[in-house]
Amino acid sequence: MSPNHPNPESIPVFSPQLAARFDALVQKYPVKRSALIPMLLYAQDEVGYLSDAVVAEVARRIGITELEVRNVATYYSMLRFRPAGQFNIQVCTNISCLLRGAYEVYERFQEELGVGPHGVTPDGVFSLEEVECVGACCWAPAVQVNYDFHDELKPDLVPGILSGYRGKAKAGNNGASSLEKKANSKEPHA
Amino acid sequence: MPDVTFTVDGKKLTAPAGTLLIDACRKAGIEIPAFCYYPGLSLQAACRMCVVRQEKVPKLQTACTTTVAEGQVFVTESPEIAQARKATIELLLGNHPLDCPVCDAGGECELQDMNFKYGAGESLYAEAKHHRDEQQWSPAVFYDRPRCILCYRCTRMCGEGMDVWALGVNNRGADSVIVPNDGQQLDCEQCGMCIDVCPVGALTSGSYRYKTRPWEMNHVSTVCTHCADGCKVTLGVRSTTDGAEIIRADNRDKSGINGDFLCAKGRFGFDFVESADRLTKPLVRNSAGKLEPATWEHALSVAAKKLKEIRDSRGGAAIGVIGSNRTTNEENYLLQKFSRTVLATNNIDHERTTDYASFARALAGHPGKTASLRDIASACAILLVGTNPTDEHPLLAWLLRTDVRLNRARLYIANHAPIKLERQARAMQGLPPNGYKDLTTILDRGETDLAKAVKAEESLIVIFGSEIRGTAIHNLVTWGLNRGPNPDSVRFACLGDHSNSRGAADMGLFPDLLPGYVPITEPGAFVEYADLPPAAGKTLSQMLDVATAGELGALLVVGANPVSRAPLNPAALKNTFLIVQDLFLTETATLAEVVLPAASLYEKSGTVTNTFGDVQIVRKAADRAGVKPDFEILVRLAEAMGGPIKGLVPFGRAGTTADLGQSRGAQSGEADRHAVWLEANGLEPRLSPFDPFALFDEIERLVPGYAIDRINLIAGNDVHSEPASPGLVPVTALAGEDFIVPAHDTLFTSGTLGRYSAALKQLEEHQAKELAKSAAD
Ligand code: SF4
Ligand code: SF4
Ligand code: SF4
Ligand code: FES
Ligand code: FES
Repeated sequence: MSPNHPNPESIPVFSPQLAARFDALVQKYPVKRSALIPMLLYAQDEVGYLSDAVVAEVARRIGITELEVRNVATYYSMLRFRPAGQFNIQVCTNISCLLRGAYEVYERFQEELGVGPHGVTPDGVFSLEEVECVGACCWAPAVQVNYDFHDELKPDLVPGILSGYRGKAKAGNNGASSLEKKANSKEPHA
Repeated sequence: MPDVTFTVDGKKLTAPAGTLLIDACRKAGIEIPAFCYYPGLSLQAACRMCVVRQEKVPKLQTACTTTVAEGQVFVTESPEIAQARKATIELLLGNHPLDCPVCDAGGECELQDMNFKYGAGESLYAEAKHHRDEQQWSPAVFYDRPRCILCYRCTRMCGEGMDVWALGVNNRGADSVIVPNDGQQLDCEQCGMCIDVCPVGALTSGSYRYKTRPWEMNHVSTVCTHCADGCKVTLGVRSTTDGAEIIRADNRDKSGINGDFLCAKGRFGFDFVESADRLTKPLVRNSAGKLEPATWEHALSVAAKKLKEIRDSRGGAAIGVIGSNRTTNEENYLLQKFSRTVLATNNIDHERTTDYASFARALAGHPGKTASLRDIASACAILLVGTNPTDEHPLLAWLLRTDVRLNRARLYIANHAPIKLERQARAMQGLPPNGYKDLTTILDRGETDLAKAVKAEESLIVIFGSEIRGTAIHNLVTWGLNRGPNPDSVRFACLGDHSNSRGAADMGLFPDLLPGYVPITEPGAFVEYADLPPAAGKTLSQMLDVATAGELGALLVVGANPVSRAPLNPAALKNTFLIVQDLFLTETATLAEVVLPAASLYEKSGTVTNTFGDVQIVRKAADRAGVKPDFEILVRLAEAMGGPIKGLVPFGRAGTTADLGQSRGAQSGEADRHAVWLEANGLEPRLSPFDPFALFDEIERLVPGYAIDRINLIAGNDVHSEPASPGLVPVTALAGEDFIVPAHDTLFTSGTLGRYSAALKQLEEHQAKELAKSAAD
């Protein structure tokens, strides 16, 4: 191997923190494979999507085949196999949101960002998708950006939301850590 | 489980409590439609075709997951149920392409049948159908997603049945697809079981797809010509201008030891019969030293003249004969009888792949101690010594896996290498490669996990490979016979290679043993044989040695390729008149003076014996102009030598009476056509000299262990034979262990024969590529 192409095996797929977390996670269940879905979610938060390397590494850690990992991962629409933007905007268009103008909000996001469904902005900061109910019907229409919610939206609120995230993007904070915090707080047995 | 009584469609049925309703109904002749249910695989309840009405239960129930209990009442056909099933089919057809007119499965498709029955001919769905292009996953397996009804039979068959787990399901709902394990490619055992169980035409086979319509084939049930397990196989054949070709192999009727199982060789490796390399004309070496095509009459007379001349001038001891591991029992029996009584020589042997002679000797005087392959399917405990069944005995491996999975059998493995079946094993015993001889000591000491567990087993089947030979067989068998208070609780099986290696040994292709392992020196053995030479002859390697020394006058090789085992300098055989009967111009055949093109096992009738001693009937399926079965060739050769062929094959009015054995109809074999000729010539059309069943009578009468249930045999069932004749006198064999060369075939090789199968070659290359890929990862 040339020095420009280091052996992929020597590149760790996950940060030491995440790796340690996975080591603990697989111990927690009677069977290792129960750790599969949380692992995939955490891995996606860190890496951005489920790359081939992530799939292979998760399979190795759980002791199942890559095919089995894909069988599970492809079932869930919240798991991605292509990189998303740093902030993934998920616009709910299910019935409550639909009735309260979700499509106008969705169109406004498309206009503002200049991308269509499943598009990623050229700078890689935003990606956009239309999703099923995100569980915020009482405050419809709602969108979820990574793990943050924005509800009772109107198209005119869209530019403000976007500029807030643009600021965070410059600060280098993608919000994934908010899940980490939540997940940690829910682990009394850890 | 105690029996319970319940009512289905007004009929009272009885079955053990806990039986699946669908099974109980099928047993009672009530058919419940099912797509996802497949006997022997885990329950899926995915298709909802099997819905039935159960009294006092509010919703329709799936018969494939409902277990029967006392007093239940079911209705399996009613307008309500028909409507539910029709709706299910309508949903399935929502994306189904309806390309039945070109689909491989058309005419034998379970979806078509259900559609026909429930009449879901029109759909209320207006949406356009999803289309996806067909994918090729390997040379053997193609996937057409639009036709897939997501029953998951394939994924379960590959995982649970094959223990390969190469197929998965990606995505969800209507977007679900079956996916192979290596992206767009399949890295697997290429058995084709997934194709076989697919109820529709979604998985199709590289060798059969778009070749024909099912109803254009004749279906002939015969036995696989590859490994020594002897799977029953149904060959789909179609007439061609020069005979009949095989276009498909499967065992969908699930008859036979193998049920629906076939490995890649049985399912795809039949194409050698159509190989362009196939010999279809006899060849005779001309004065310029070149092999040139000749007529059968000429070739036979050249061979016969030479054999007669050498026998008469130098005696039979100057002639050697090497027989085949793939020809039928009748052909093997005839070959040794021809050698011993016509050529007057005991110089007869075959390419031994295991030590059946020592096995028979070790079991002498212990009848009923050999295991049939059927016994394996339900054995409680099995000790597997040596070999790698996954590669070398795919059916045995399948049965072991199934027995462990469905019956919780306990499998114990002693091997010098890691093998895949360890995943099913309770305990393992590693041995050094040359350590098999110490196994009985280890077992007796009872210190290791395996030895302890085996000791605790009440009954045991001991299966061993060719690693165990000679005295090691004797020791292992003696250990087994003495291991417990109940001597009835042990049975043995000895594993060899190729479809009739056991038959070759049983039929006496040995220089020192007559059929049934009767020593040649035994007084009064085979008295019917005129002028049986009294002394043992030469083994295969001794024959090649004397030939190399220029002292063997003639060598007749039938369906064997000894030169590929022990490369010979062509000049070495210059003083030996070599006659070869084979399908191909093998390394051995290239050196011959006369080459006689032989029919394959798929082109003739007779019987074969698998390595467990199960005898099965072989039926002629394909046909190729120009070739002849070895049986006919040998009879003709004897006749051309001026021999009394009635002594060789009892046929005709004055011969031993025997039945015709073959069924009537289009595929009933060459004997029938000869019968037409006999009739036309005013002869009694009872038997022809080319009818192998004329000789089967004699085998049944003379060969110890072969007095078997003929009705069952001819009905197409496997019938167990016993090599251990009570009167067998133990002798020190001339034949030593060093003559044994195991074939070590893989899933895609089959001795010399396998080299002529393009399908197997492609699969081998595909898997080699997959291996290289995963090594690079
Ligand atoms: S061919 Fe056999 S091993 Fe390969 S995917 Fe199909 S069932 Fe599995
Ligand atoms: S490919 Fe065939 S066997 Fe597999 S899920 Fe689809 S229809 Fe069923
Ligand atoms: S090669 Fe052996 S296991 Fe495979 S189909 Fe033929 S007899 Fe069966
Ligand atoms: S419908 Fe949009 S959040 Fe539930
Ligand atoms: S056969 Fe019962 S649900 Fe498919």
